Amino acid sequence: MSLRVNARSFDLASGTVRDLNAALHQLDPAASHYWRVRNPKGRHSIAAGLDADATVEIEGNVGYYCAGMNKRATVLIKGNAGVGVAENMMSGLVHVQGDASQSAGATANGGLLVIDGSASARCGISLKGADIVVKGSIGHMSAFMAQAGSLVVLGDAGEALGDSIYEAKLFVRGAVQSLGADCIEKKLKDKHRQRLHGLLEKAGIAGQVDIGEFRRYGSARRLYHFHVDNASAY
Amino acid sequence: MCGIVGLFLKNQKLRPELGGLLGTMLTTLSERGPDSAGFAVYGEARPDRIKLTLRASADTDFDVIATEVGSTLGGDVSICRRDTHAVLSVPLARAEEVRAQLLRIAPGVTIVGMGRRMELYKEVGLPAEVAKRFDLGGMTGTHGIGHTRMATESAVTTDGAHPYSTGADQCLVHNGSLSNHNALRRELKRDGIAFATENDTEVAAGYLTWRLHQGMNLGAALESALADLDGFYTFVVGTESGFGVLRDPIACKPAVMAETDDYVAFGTEYRALADLPGVETARVFEPEPAKVYFWDLKP
Repeated sequence: MSLRVNARSFDLASGTVRDLNAALHQLDPAASHYWRVRNPKGRHSIAAGLDADATVEIEGNVGYYCAGMNKRATVLIKGNAGVGVAENMMSGLVHVQGDASQSAGATANGGLLVIDGSASARCGISLKGADIVVKGSIGHMSAFMAQAGSLVVLGDAGEALGDSIYEAKLFVRGAVQSLGADCIEKKLKDKHRQRLHGLLEKAGIAGQVDIGEFRRYGSARRLYHFHVDNASAY
Repeated sequence: MCGIVGLFLKNQKLRPELGGLLGTMLTTLSERGPDSAGFAVYGEARPDRIKLTLRASADTDFDVIATEVGSTLGGDVSICRRDTHAVLSVPLARAEEVRAQLLRIAPGVTIVGMGRRMELYKEVGLPAEVAKRFDLGGMTGTHGIGHTRMATESAVTTDGAHPYSTGADQCLVHNGSLSNHNALRRELKRDGIAFATENDTEVAAGYLTWRLHQGMNLGAALESALADLDGFYTFVVGTESGFGVLRDPIACKPAVMAETDDYVAFGTEYRALADLPGVETARVFEPEPAKVYFWDLKP
């Protein structure tokens, strides 16, 4: 069996994001692909909508929605990411080596998003099954209405963490400024330690941080059903 | 939408390039605000002089106005026209007298800003065209702020364009919309702050001027704005010697900053900063919500 890897470099100083993404959407499914993208300069929607066995390395800071809707591909951002990196990701890996702006991993269904720096507000908002590992801290309103998946934070979390959360699992090592409505601290049992270890392993940092330092947060499940005693409030 | 930019130079060597750098930043944010654009630049101050930036229709003869003002001041005026705007330089001590005279002799002329260092230009049109009409690229100075507008709260007119100035050497650009501007405008009017439009951003500028009149510094004035302004906002403000940034407590509108030894730069999107010299190695960060950021030329 021979491994065929097609390597290519694309310079956004001369080509457009539209051309880049169109080419990435037409990759030969029978082969593996390695693409290097140069001069991103904060442009939006770079490497969005991939569905291929491909690795895309982006050499610098990207704008909004980078690697949005990603499927199978690995997207490495060697810089900071703008709003909505890996939003609605289905599978694969998106790795931000710098910081991420608001709504990182929003509504993501599957795959792994790793952020080496910090993420600002609304990280993992409406998370639907993906795993997010943030090595720094996260901003306010993170994991708002998060339904499934995990959010692991090595640093601190801002205000109203997990507001109106469903069944996503939140693990924070540092301080949590405040918890949102219906989000509570829960006991970190062995099965959670195992899950957490698995997530850290996937992010390549197992053994580098003490799992015992994390605290677990999740839904108190008090907002799942309408409570008749609250009828007068409407 | 809307886009805002700001550039505050720490390194004197970059001063000749201020307008060029700010123009590139402004033009990059055209998609966020194609309706109109504007900017304020803080250039050289001349001893005991003040600059009035005037705006009038294209067929206005600014030289005639300058001559008339000059005859009152014993010829001690100079005027520099840029498209629909002109900067009138007069003795600092005669500023109020000139303002009153302009109202009388040239009712069609609007004073868009005044200050020892600030010049302010804004027009309807694509940001690149607006920057070109006023030759922003050729301007020099220590700091400047700019705005590209996609109108939401009031009409697409030059009066609705940013920046807004309601005090000497003070101006403000805004991304967002305020919800308590009507009530606040009424209160500020009672305290003597004048407003030219029904625009929400002008109220924010007037509010800061009101606070500065009370003796607050810009940092304290921005701090108090957090309590008194309701709505969505990212503000970038300029004063004679400083440059400040404030975002509302939920950080509804995007903002990113870059700092090096040479400058501090603000952009609604990183794209606006991407062509600045040395930005690849700058400290790039998002200003935190409800936190006042302020840089000053004075140590």
